[in-house]
Amino acid sequence: MANPFLSMNSIRKSFGKVTALEDAKFHLEKGELHALLGVNGAGKSTLMKILSGVYEQDEGEILIDGKRVNLRSPKAAKENGIYCVYQEVDTAIVPELSVAENIMLDTIATNNNLFISTSKLYKEASVALKQLQAENIPVQQPAFKLTLAEKQLVLIARALVSSAKIIIFDEPTAPLSLHESTKLFSVIHQLKAQGVGCIFISHRLPEVFEISDRITVMRDGKLVDVFQTADATAEKIIEAMLGTSYQQEQYSRNHALGETLLEVKELSDGQKLKDLSFTVAAGEIVGIVGLVGAGKTELAKALFGLESLQRGSVELLGKKLKATHPRDAIDAGMALIPEERRKEGLFVHESLQTNASFPNLRKFSNPLFMNKRAEKSFAKDIIKRLQIKTDDTETPLVHLSGGNQQKVVIGKWTSRDSILYLFDEPTKGVDIGAKADIFKLIRELAESGKGCLYFSSEIQEALGIANRILVMYNGQIVKEFSRGDATQERILLYASGGKEE
Amino acid sequence: MQAVGKKNRLKENGIQFLFKYGAIALLIIIILYFSSISEAFLTYANFTDILRSISIVTLLALGVTFTLVVGGFDLSVGSTMSLSTVITASLMVWYEMPLWLVIILPILVGVLVGVLNSFLIVVLGIPDLLATLSMMYIVAGFHRTYTEGYSIYNNMPLTAGGTAPGQLSEAFLWIGQGRMLGLPVPVWIMLGMVLIAYVVLHHTRWGRVLYMTGGNAEAATLSGVNTRKVKFAAYVISGVFASMAGILFTARVGSGQIDAGAPMLMEAVAAVFVGYSVLGAGKPNAIGTFFGAAVIGILLNGLTIMNLPYYAFDIIKGAVLVSALAVTYVYAKKRFSQTG
Repeated sequence: MANPFLSMNSIRKSFGKVTALEDAKFHLEKGELHALLGVNGAGKSTLMKILSGVYEQDEGEILIDGKRVNLRSPKAAKENGIYCVYQEVDTAIVPELSVAENIMLDTIATNNNLFISTSKLYKEASVALKQLQAENIPVQQPAFKLTLAEKQLVLIARALVSSAKIIIFDEPTAPLSLHESTKLFSVIHQLKAQGVGCIFISHRLPEVFEISDRITVMRDGKLVDVFQTADATAEKIIEAMLGTSYQQEQYSRNHALGETLLEVKELSDGQKLKDLSFTVAAGEIVGIVGLVGAGKTELAKALFGLESLQRGSVELLGKKLKATHPRDAIDAGMALIPEERRKEGLFVHESLQTNASFPNLRKFSNPLFMNKRAEKSFAKDIIKRLQIKTDDTETPLVHLSGGNQQKVVIGKWTSRDSILYLFDEPTKGVDIGAKADIFKLIRELAESGKGCLYFSSEIQEALGIANRILVMYNGQIVKEFSRGDATQERILLYASGGKEE
Repeated sequence: MQAVGKKNRLKENGIQFLFKYGAIALLIIIILYFSSISEAFLTYANFTDILRSISIVTLLALGVTFTLVVGGFDLSVGSTMSLSTVITASLMVWYEMPLWLVIILPILVGVLVGVLNSFLIVVLGIPDLLATLSMMYIVAGFHRTYTEGYSIYNNMPLTAGGTAPGQLSEAFLWIGQGRMLGLPVPVWIMLGMVLIAYVVLHHTRWGRVLYMTGGNAEAATLSGVNTRKVKFAAYVISGVFASMAGILFTARVGSGQIDAGAPMLMEAVAAVFVGYSVLGAGKPNAIGTFFGAAVIGILLNGLTIMNLPYYAFDIIKGAVLVSALAVTYVYAKKRFSQTG
């Protein structure tokens, strides 16, 4: 490692009083796939934003090919061959422009020609897509018609036409199906073969082991360790990420189940959901597992009154529930922890206290005025009960990590004594430490007699927590497993549309 | 590199200070400056004068505040005020109606404008700025059509021949011209409304629901809030405040001036945005709005004392609005880019 292709040394960055990076290092070789791991808040994103020119470091240097570079803007980073494929691809795609224009966007933006030759545009875009074995994407189509995975490919193609030397993949597989991920990995292998250095950020260890050459682990804004993937084990990596050794807890699920809380019969929404029937008992955690696009979120939203039902019935505690607005579902005793936490679950610029009391304002006010003291004591109570890491109840939630934000989303419902909790991908973007806390919380809710529906595409996690697993595929429940006979392989088989023998 | 970091931090602290105390510092500087150049400025009489002069704009601005709180905007308040002004005057001068009707009917018209705004924005989904801009024109057209382009005053000649039968009553004029406990009545009305708006927005359940709807409508819906109803309410409240401003204007001037509200719109909007940066609220708020109106009112009063020509005032108003916006948005950009 005499002369790494890219080296970032002693990088320091703080925002106001918060130090995000302190003496961070990162090295990358040509043609290498280097995974960057760390729990949320470890500084991965900040480091990558510095590399892609979004932020400027306070101290430290960045060398490419041994030469010092100054990446003071995204444009400067691109000129140095550094491209980023963001997790939220839509932020980098212009939906109304054609696929070809999106691929050639940087070239169009930077060259000095007054007129743009459409045919040349299409030709160059096609060549780039062909390199990625994605010639099935029509270059003349507007980009909004593409799937998420295809948009990702467009971004990679954009990097290719600008002869990128370094591509940053920020959790690229999070929104992808298993099949799409596999395809992405083969594209990444090709990029490597062409000598492109790839940086890969992910929360999914199995895929990191599958495709990376080296793994850098960060914690608290510093580099902790660099592993050769061949020598690393999951335990070692997790230990480095958490700073302590991590044992997978085995949960006992022996408490008795109570009466039937929720009974859904032949529910259809006329679009995605077809003929769903199932029950949830008091004290039970029912996992609803399916790949992305199976209809899990649609089901959660339909139960919660956000989408209208075409057919079928929902009964809660024996009473028919016709929810046309979340208000109805909430009054009947349901709580939803939505998939898109920041967008749907929180007021991120407001304080923890304000967020926590919101689902049940009546409890924190007399007929006229808010009772701020009661709000504060409830906020303190959930901070303590859910072990939320924060200084006080007034801090805006933007300053909390994903895991702690998720705890607020769950905790805020506990003031209502809801009886049925719907968790939609509750561990998405949550680090391992906070994940364990969230599982514990869900188990405690179940033990206290609440019913839980656990919607997830993480089969392993659902297996770890649920009493029963329903597998969804294409808007239908295709298989029910009791806890004893479910294995990851069997669930995956049904979730991807297969059948046994 | 160390030096660069320090410089950045200094810059950040500076912006934060400006954001928190900028409006108040500006207010103090203006007051000190004008006091130093004119003895007439820092007197009780002049200050009650200033307060009376901002009372109408403040009412208008409170309405705009409510629409901004729910994440909307209302450009039609100026026209609504004009409409309310001429209706109020006409009810007395043309139709000789009793005082309670003279006050209730214009407010109902304000409610109606609010309902129409809500319909365009909430039901049809037209963006708030465009919807209320259209309403601004429609309502302005209505109020001119209603009076056939004339202002309304006591015993005015009618186009149908003869003179108007009624007059603005003494009791009504007291609302705009009377005094109570050493302060003009409009000032009491303004202070009362600011207090009510403050308490509603910051100390009641409804205020919380209004702010959260503006902050993240999707999350509010998932918490059980009917955000359409909330937005609906905000536009109706805005319409009501605008008609109150119109009633007050008629009582103050003693006639139903045409186009009374048009020049007040930008002043009201400016007051609300200056209010964003009072004590670092960072969002529309009732006390801030009052402060904003006061800053502008004091500034204009001082400039009048200095004999600056009235036609130059708009430059000053615009400059105050731009500075307030600059501080607010530069700070917001800093604050919200901190999630790394």
